[in-house]
Amino acid sequence: MSAIILFMAGIAAIAGWWLSQQRLASKPWLEEGVLADFRGDNASSLPAAKIGLGVFLAVVGSLFALFISAYSMRMNMVDWRALPVPGLLWFNTGVLVTSSIALQWAYIAARRNDMDGVIIGLCAGGASAVIFLIGQLLAWRQLSLAGYFVASNPANSFFYLITAVHGLHLMGGLVALGKTTAKVWRGVEMVQVRLSVELCAIYWHFLLLVWLVLLGLLTGWTDDFIDICRQLLS
Amino acid sequence: MVDIPFDTVAGIPPAEVGEVELYHPKSWWTRYVFSQDAKVIAIQYSITALSIGMVALVLSWLMRLQLGFPGTFSFIDPNQYLQFITMHGMIMVIYLLTALFLGGFGNYLIPLMVGARDMVFPYVNMLSYWVYLLAVVVLASTFFVPGGPTGAGWTLYPPQAILSGTPGQDWGIIFMLASLILFIIGFTMGGLNYVVTVLQARTRGMTLMRLPLTVWGIFTATVMALLAFPALFVASVMLLLDRILGTSFFMPTLVEMGQLTKYGGGSPILFQHLFWFFGHPEVYIVALPAFGIISDLISVHARKNIFGYRMMVWAIVAIGALSFVVWAHHMYVSGMHPYFGYFFATTTLIIAIPTAIKVYNWVLTLWRGDIHLTVPMLFALAFIITFVNGGLTGLFLGNVVVDVPLSDTMFVVAHFHMVMGIAPIMAVFGGIYHWYPKVTGRMLNETLGRFHFWVSFLGAYAIFFPMHYLGLLGVPRRYHDIGETAFIPASAHDLNAFMSVAALIVGFAQLVFLFNLIWSLFKGKEAGGNPWGGASLEWQTPQTPPGHGNWGKDLPLVYRWAYDYSVPGAIRDFVPQNEPPAGSLAQGAHP
Repeated sequence: MSAIILFMAGIAAIAGWWLSQQRLASKPWLEEGVLADFRGDNASSLPAAKIGLGVFLAVVGSLFALFISAYSMRMNMVDWRALPVPGLLWFNTGVLVTSSIALQWAYIAARRNDMDGVIIGLCAGGASAVIFLIGQLLAWRQLSLAGYFVASNPANSFFYLITAVHGLHLMGGLVALGKTTAKVWRGVEMVQVRLSVELCAIYWHFLLLVWLVLLGLLTGWTDDFIDICRQLLS
Repeated sequence: MVDIPFDTVAGIPPAEVGEVELYHPKSWWTRYVFSQDAKVIAIQYSITALSIGMVALVLSWLMRLQLGFPGTFSFIDPNQYLQFITMHGMIMVIYLLTALFLGGFGNYLIPLMVGARDMVFPYVNMLSYWVYLLAVVVLASTFFVPGGPTGAGWTLYPPQAILSGTPGQDWGIIFMLASLILFIIGFTMGGLNYVVTVLQARTRGMTLMRLPLTVWGIFTATVMALLAFPALFVASVMLLLDRILGTSFFMPTLVEMGQLTKYGGGSPILFQHLFWFFGHPEVYIVALPAFGIISDLISVHARKNIFGYRMMVWAIVAIGALSFVVWAHHMYVSGMHPYFGYFFATTTLIIAIPTAIKVYNWVLTLWRGDIHLTVPMLFALAFIITFVNGGLTGLFLGNVVVDVPLSDTMFVVAHFHMVMGIAPIMAVFGGIYHWYPKVTGRMLNETLGRFHFWVSFLGAYAIFFPMHYLGLLGVPRRYHDIGETAFIPASAHDLNAFMSVAALIVGFAQLVFLFNLIWSLFKGKEAGGNPWGGASLEWQTPQTPPGHGNWGKDLPLVYRWAYDYSVPGAIRDFVPQNEPPAGSLAQGAHP
């Protein structure tokens, strides 16, 4: 459970920092009148949707941290046989990086009021995300053709499960991306487009980060790190 | 005293909260069924939760009938008994209490109490309810699938949860896990709303430290639920795959009916870790909203400001944080390393400190208050007593050496029913009697309310107090029939019969409550806008019940905290949150 504990410690640090800005030591029973608004000079300027996305990312992060925790506990059992990671995964990773870059491009274009750039970025980002998903399916197919079925070893089960969950989150992101593209199509004002594009880009970067961590886990790169954590804790 | 500039005509801060673009319903369907108004969603959540809760109540009757009069009711066989236990626990903890506190009270009270027109994402909020309803339907449908609902216990421990000896192994467990997954998805949608509304949609002047404690409780509980439910999600998905695809996440190598199963090498303990990483915060997800509601009820009905508001807020936050590092105290008998036991016993005892602070503050709020023994106040007092009772036995069970012999006895059942069954339900009832006038514009009938209270309160103690004693005798939990066991005296059977009769009576009292809810809707006394003289914002709405958008043309402006009761020199014995300081408007400048 060390991964989730670390993650929760991070969340607690952020929450603690935020709470420390909220004058929790004030004495409300003595303070009458309109207070300067302590939703802060920085926080309240953020749109609700952005805060909402931030909270949602915390939930998603907690989900993946729990999967990682389960993975690292289960991999110590004797029946664990690590599976060969298909080379295709590296290609897919490259595609996902491209996707993230394309959306960042779209966001930068949106800030420059460059509608053509936004369209190119969104389309390129969406297309490469779809390619990533197809690539993941092909990787599944390669594995199952090679005889690594979902139930034949816990390492396989985790591989399929974790990649599936990540893929589902990306598909959810594609729905949001589709809506944003539709907005651009209908010619909605740039101010509204800008926020949607920004949120998509943030979500994409987050999923890329999650994927890199998962890739490290699935390929065994982070095994040493996990061992170190385990020794620290025990 | 902190020097805060008083309100002047020019000194009112500009509206930092942009006016929300409200969705305006155009037809009957979008107004009452597929509504995006948080108030309607709250009522939908509450009715659904109370309805499925009635099912769980009937299940508890059936269990008590079997325990009290073993052999008399031949239609309750051991398999069914286990199914009743499982469904009763699961429904009560998740589909009733969690949904009612967060989906019901949260949806209704958060926008009103923080001075918002609605939740920030109304469409997602509506979706949240419909996914929740779907989860409830899937759950209820397990009563009708072949093999019936799962009988694995509400903790659903593998391996037994998916082995053939357990009732509901065919479809019950699959539907149960699917329903939980749906519930979590639905809750996440709602939870995002509650959190972001508190963060972003507070009206001008409503700083965090001016929020009523109800909002603090619901807010913190929602944050915890958002972070803890993923653990149940992960556990459910993996258990579902073990059941359907034959993976071995949790399933060890097993011989079943003389044959080696397809499973091998999995770790049941892993499931327990995941489950309780959700399961323990869940206790506080239910308790924190109750703490908040009780704080407000006591303050209003004792006409006195809440004692130690700051401490109350800090305690809520501290409990929320600590509850994530105590989960393994549910696993003392799982064979884990004894040192872990010490660690988790320590953290468990530490959590008693902020909890005790809250209890002291409630008592000190009552001290020399002008206590009105209204029905909500009666329930609030019952909550404090019951929570203290349940909390004290929690100290017993939190210690490894005491827990090991008591584990799996009726003592545990008595403990958790006191602390997270009776106590939160008292808060639910108190909250309903308190806010019903705001929701409907009419008071609940006082006589029926008092009858409901006394029967429920005394009856609950008649059920669960003797149960502690049975547990100390060693009567095991989850047993269909204890039969003639050498160490259990015959008097235990008489006690069981007594408890069963009490349970039946308490159950019937709830029917009186339901009748009261419906009858008062039409025949109740007109309540007016603020029948209890509450200072917090929800009592200051221009209309009762609050109209679409909650407030009139302008959002309220908040000048003070939510607990200005019996202020010396004030005209009335309470000062509403949105009432400007005396003289500030006349003078128009800093006095």
